[in-house]
Amino acid sequence: MHLGDLARIALTDEEITRMQSELNVIAESINSVQEVATDDVPPTANPVPLEAYLRPDVPVKPLDQSEVLAAAPATEDGMFVAPQILGEE
Amino acid sequence: MTDQNELVKLSATEMAAKLRAKEISSRDLVAAELDVIDAAEPSIKAFLKVAGEAALEQADAFDDLSDDEKAELPELAGVPIAIKDMIVTKGIETTAASRILEGWVPPYDATVIEKLKAAHMPILGKTNLDEFAQGSSTEHSAFQRTSNPWDVERVPGGSGGGSAAAVGAFEAPLALGTDTGGSIRQPGALTGTVGVKPTYGGVSRFGAIAMASSLDQIGPVSRTVLDSALLQEIIGGHDRRDSTSIPEGPRPMVAAARDGLNNRDLKGMKVGLVKELNGDGFQPGVEARFHEAVKKLEAMGAEVVEVSCPHFKYALGAYYIIMPSEVSSNLARYDGMRYGLRVMPPEDVPQTAANMMAYTREAGFGDEVKRRIILGTYALSAGYYDAWYGSAQKVRTLIIDDFRKAFEQADVLVSPTSPSTAFKFGEKMDDPLAMYMNDIATIPANLAGVPAMSIPAGLSDDGLPVGFQFIAPQQRDEVMYKPAAALEAALEEDWNGPIWRSLRTPWLDGLNK
Repeated sequence: MHLGDLARIALTDEEITRMQSELNVIAESINSVQEVATDDVPPTANPVPLEAYLRPDVPVKPLDQSEVLAAAPATEDGMFVAPQILGEE
Repeated sequence: MTDQNELVKLSATEMAAKLRAKEISSRDLVAAELDVIDAAEPSIKAFLKVAGEAALEQADAFDDLSDDEKAELPELAGVPIAIKDMIVTKGIETTAASRILEGWVPPYDATVIEKLKAAHMPILGKTNLDEFAQGSSTEHSAFQRTSNPWDVERVPGGSGGGSAAAVGAFEAPLALGTDTGGSIRQPGALTGTVGVKPTYGGVSRFGAIAMASSLDQIGPVSRTVLDSALLQEIIGGHDRRDSTSIPEGPRPMVAAARDGLNNRDLKGMKVGLVKELNGDGFQPGVEARFHEAVKKLEAMGAEVVEVSCPHFKYALGAYYIIMPSEVSSNLARYDGMRYGLRVMPPEDVPQTAANMMAYTREAGFGDEVKRRIILGTYALSAGYYDAWYGSAQKVRTLIIDDFRKAFEQADVLVSPTSPSTAFKFGEKMDDPLAMYMNDIATIPANLAGVPAMSIPAGLSDDGLPVGFQFIAPQQRDEVMYKPAAALEAALEEDWNGPIWRSLRTPWLDGLNK
């Protein structure tokens, strides 16, 4: 339930029940990674080590405003329209 | 004119040769493939969107070029291709097989699409997949079920089942896929086609819809090894719009494939048989074809050694922590604000942005995507991060180390691609763990960023295709192309032709009127 909130998915009760048992099975099977992840092993984030580099500072034309807005669920005056940001609580 | 059914069964390389010899036009090729698509789709359902008109226009644009202009283009110029619907295409609806993106028409092209257009390769359409490339059977598509051309009651593998089935059913000579844990190679194995996952960073990911960014890689799908080599050289190379793109040009893969194909000489090459990636859990028929193929490599002069990668048994666990973690982060962008689906909450729920997101995502995502987002959210949450995500990243280091040691003993590693042949629809849908086991042999290459490919090794006792996997060291993709092309040639000599000689194609009957 809490995870559904964190992930911003309004799960149904049936989904929560089903997912709980599935996730328990999956969690058990992936716990084994802790057996070999000892303190002396460094973590890897990117498998291909690349030096961070800067791209050449060349201007490029971005998308037009109309292209950016074309697929939006709601727009007004060239802007995205969002529901109210602040809740009641 | 050439018999149409003969035309669509040619390899991409052979089609390109006929184009250069002016025996056919690019329009002939596109028209022939569109006819096959019409005839095959009712039973195969590989495509989510066919872009016939645009493809014919692109074909005409190629046909109208002068000989000098054509001579400047890559060898596959004028040959059509299908695109996994995980890669954005300007003007062609792109959905990742998800309701949340239904109807979305991207305003830009992925880098690989720009490269295909520059090479004048007509784009036939977009192929089906598991929603957001999450699955191993293409059954998790929100829109349709793709059939395996070898048995329409069975899955084509996944997530790139659409691309593999389209190429296997002669609806396209080539396709692009994306491979995060085996999504190009496992469908290749299950459909008797060739599928390649390049070195991580070897092909730009700009415009590939992000699933798990440290694992995702775009790669070729084809019916021959040489076709994949030619395609990978077109789509590969540096792209400053992808910060993980390797700042080098593509490797000499075409030369390596031609060397293997023409000379079939593997003297001096050491082939490492990965102890942990066969035996227990692999079907006997898969094992049998695999070991026969290894004997072929030996007969061509390769020295076969057994190598051990002791940490591979932790690969699946590490993958199912890292992948969902990255999925939960990447899919956070589907918030109903700027594009895609928006579902407002029911009237009795406050009409806030946060609630809109939650109802949009509940309605827009399918079961497997939700499962992975929740799992990833859990793995990254306070108190669990070190134990899970941190541990998984350490396992990644250990797997990279296993590969380093293995490549000290062997030039290229081999294994079966998938533990089983194509399974029936529904067989593994209710058991996520059984579904995940499909990728046991393909996942290590993604975790380590090394290149790997699957080629057909023959048919198992059940008459279904078996895949043979080659794995090469990072940024040395050409090393696997040579033995793969040599093995393909040797096997086809035994079979008196390509593996699809044994494929029944009722959808092609009645096409040559």
